Amino acid sequence: MARKILLHDIDVANLTDFNVYRNLGGYTAVEKMFKNFTPDQLTEEVKKSGLRGRGGAGFPTGLKWSFLDKKTDKPRYFVCNFDESEPGTFKDRHIGQLNPHQLIEGMILGSYALGVRTAYVYIRGELFYVLKIIEKAIEEAYQNGFLGENIKGSAYSLDLYCQPGAGAYICGEETALLESLEGKRGNPRIKPPFPAVVGLYGCPTVVNNVETIASLPWIINNGAEAYAAIGTEKSKGTKLISACGHINKPGVYEIELGLPVEEFIYSDEYCGGIRNGNKLKAVIAGGSSVPILPAELILKTAKGEPRLLSYESLEEGGFETGTMLGSGGFIVMDDTTCMVKSLLTYARFYHHESCGQCSPCREGTGWMENILRRIDTGKGSMKDIDLLVHIAKHVEGNTICPLGDAAAWPVASAIRHFREEFEEHIKLQQCRFTK
Amino acid sequence: MSLYKVTIDNIEVEVEAGTTILNAARKIGGKVVPPAMCYYSKLEDSGGKCRSCLVKVSQTSATDSRPMPKLVASCRTMVQDGMQVQNTTSAEVLESRKAVTEFLLLNHPLDCPVCDQAGECHLQDLSYEHGLEETNTEEERRTFEPIDIGDYIKLNMNRCILCYRCIMVADQLTDKRHHGVLGRGDHCEIGTYIQKAVDNDFSGNMIDVCPVGALTDRTFRFKSRVWYTNPFDAHRECDKCSGKTVLWLKGEDILRVTGRKDKYGELEEFICNDCRFHHKDIKDWILEGPRKIERHSVISQNHYENKSTSGDNITQ
Ligand SMILES: Cc1cc2nc3c(=O)[nH]c(=O)nc-3n(C[C@H](O)[C@H](O)[C@H](O)COP(=O)(O)O)c2cc1C
Ligand code: SF4
Ligand code: SF4
Ligand code: FES
Repeated sequence: MARKILLHDIDVANLTDFNVYRNLGGYTAVEKMFKNFTPDQLTEEVKKSGLRGRGGAGFPTGLKWSFLDKKTDKPRYFVCNFDESEPGTFKDRHIGQLNPHQLIEGMILGSYALGVRTAYVYIRGELFYVLKIIEKAIEEAYQNGFLGENIKGSAYSLDLYCQPGAGAYICGEETALLESLEGKRGNPRIKPPFPAVVGLYGCPTVVNNVETIASLPWIINNGAEAYAAIGTEKSKGTKLISACGHINKPGVYEIELGLPVEEFIYSDEYCGGIRNGNKLKAVIAGGSSVPILPAELILKTAKGEPRLLSYESLEEGGFETGTMLGSGGFIVMDDTTCMVKSLLTYARFYHHESCGQCSPCREGTGWMENILRRIDTGKGSMKDIDLLVHIAKHVEGNTICPLGDAAAWPVASAIRHFREEFEEHIKLQQCRFTK
Repeated sequence: MSLYKVTIDNIEVEVEAGTTILNAARKIGGKVVPPAMCYYSKLEDSGGKCRSCLVKVSQTSATDSRPMPKLVASCRTMVQDGMQVQNTTSAEVLESRKAVTEFLLLNHPLDCPVCDQAGECHLQDLSYEHGLEETNTEEERRTFEPIDIGDYIKLNMNRCILCYRCIMVADQLTDKRHHGVLGRGDHCEIGTYIQKAVDNDFSGNMIDVCPVGALTDRTFRFKSRVWYTNPFDAHRECDKCSGKTVLWLKGEDILRVTGRKDKYGELEEFICNDCRFHHKDIKDWILEGPRKIERHSVISQNHYENKSTSGDNITQ
């Protein structure tokens, strides 16, 4: 069995209760923090652990913290990104719903390291039931002296609030999140300046993902070296993978980074193989935004090495033959899946979720959806395929925020790897899979 | 202030730190200036949205010889000392600009023949310079019904490119914002919730900042093509604004009053609604002389050049 850091206690009954969490050693990291660490030492410790952001981009967490502008006398903010809306990604919900105190403990550690007095958990509006759980947990943390004035008799005080969004994927983009948190329309900001300098209410701010933050208590309890000992050279620690699609055992799994993809899909400890004994066709390994890979390239790299669940192994081969770890939303498709229809589903999502601020994404996402719908309904023509490639190429890299890239990559990669299937769809003027 | 040396399309210019690439290019002038459909120097936080001004930074600075990984919005990217920028000398930039033009036109009705903005429309100019000759699209365009916002302004959302300039005018110039963007993505619309809700002394400037024919002057609606009118600089005593305007005349009739625009189509000064909408009698104004229109618009150029240099066009 692989080591569990995030999900170690996840099956314990009533884990959302403060006392249950506390009796399992909860909040000892906060006590240890006051005893052993200055804020800067804590940041150093996180740097040493090699923890990388689990929200999708994989940016080193300690390094991000060290960018926080400490020269101004403005207040600083720490914000937890709980907007989790990427299709295929449902790992943060797992933590928030079942182990909210782990997240709160992580928030306290991060806030202390950053010198923050007020912190927020920005949660996706549809997860209102999770918000209730977190709010209750926050209340318990206040009652037990882990939040509020002079935490556990120290000089450190912290207030923590949980704020729901209003139903927009784009509010997961960190600067759109900050706009939304300020009560404005959730349009991503133009960067620079970055949140570390101009963030919430114009003040220095760090935004981290739920899973990133929930990893902190273990790191402080067990030490950075222990965390860095897990995983690979460039991918330290463990990662939650939310697996879904045509597998026997969908669910949220914690893996040690570097686990072979093949083992993850086929072993009984994880996905348990493809449903009905079908053949694996394709995998979107890191949430809907990352390039799709056909079976042969997700199991082995183009060089013939086993593909591993790590940042570097999934990126091996660039976009030609590789993909990204992203948020860890692992979508598996068997050989009954129509690639045109599947891509249409994603295209529709990005079209629906584009904030509309910049022209390539606002217009390009809808255009791609229209063309794919045309092909799907048997009205497409061969030049539509090249047109899709053309649009994706000019949306990618030309937008304000990465949603444009996220909309373009699935299209570009599906056509790159499954072009014949699009051509067949157009020739037959119908779908061979749905008949 | 330290001065930075920047090279744009092989032409060197010195600008103050904190200058954007676009404004450095404007300092050089001419062909090196990227088109700007959303940036507006007089509106805080404008720019970055339309992507028509994308350029390539082939060298980041004197100390960092690497190129920037992506094309950047020149209106929102600050220069660094020793930076090298490519605008028209980069095939990648020109290709992207073509694509941006295509995106901006995707849902545009192409109704120039019935649009009051024709002849002074930045989208028309952009399409002339960077558009495709044949359309790639057979999609149905999204459509909205035109609405009146305020007593003087017509909103034709079909033509809007969502540059956000009008909203910034409402935010930054008037005391109370009455409209904003509703919805998301390509179903975004400029909305007031309550139609005709825009009512304050400076709202008319939204018409002037609008780069396309989405916001037009209801008092000028369908009166004339702009190229059949003669622009004259004029002023009057006004207690609300500078009173310095351009009158658009046909014979002695004032068909329209606007602010004075520079060669990038930006207002020199914002004017009040009183001057814009309530003084359509030539006796209200002191005429200064023909307005030289500096725009290089393919469509308008000849008309403007001929008329504004002939001097006696007031009686034409
Ligand atoms: C369109 C879009 C949606 C995003 N959604 C989320 C999200 O739901 N949760 C999240 O943690 N990060 C999301 N991100 C990434 C965030 O912008 C940001 O990188 C992340 O919260 C940083 O946290 P980390 O460093 O801990 O990963 C999204 C990014 C984009 C462009
Ligand atoms: S890329 Fe899309 S979502 Fe991001 S700012 Fe532009 S329009 Fe909005
Ligand atoms: S109405 Fe005009 S000024 Fe307003 S956003 Fe649309 S194009 Fe820009
Ligand atoms: S003018 Fe720069 S993005 Fe619009």
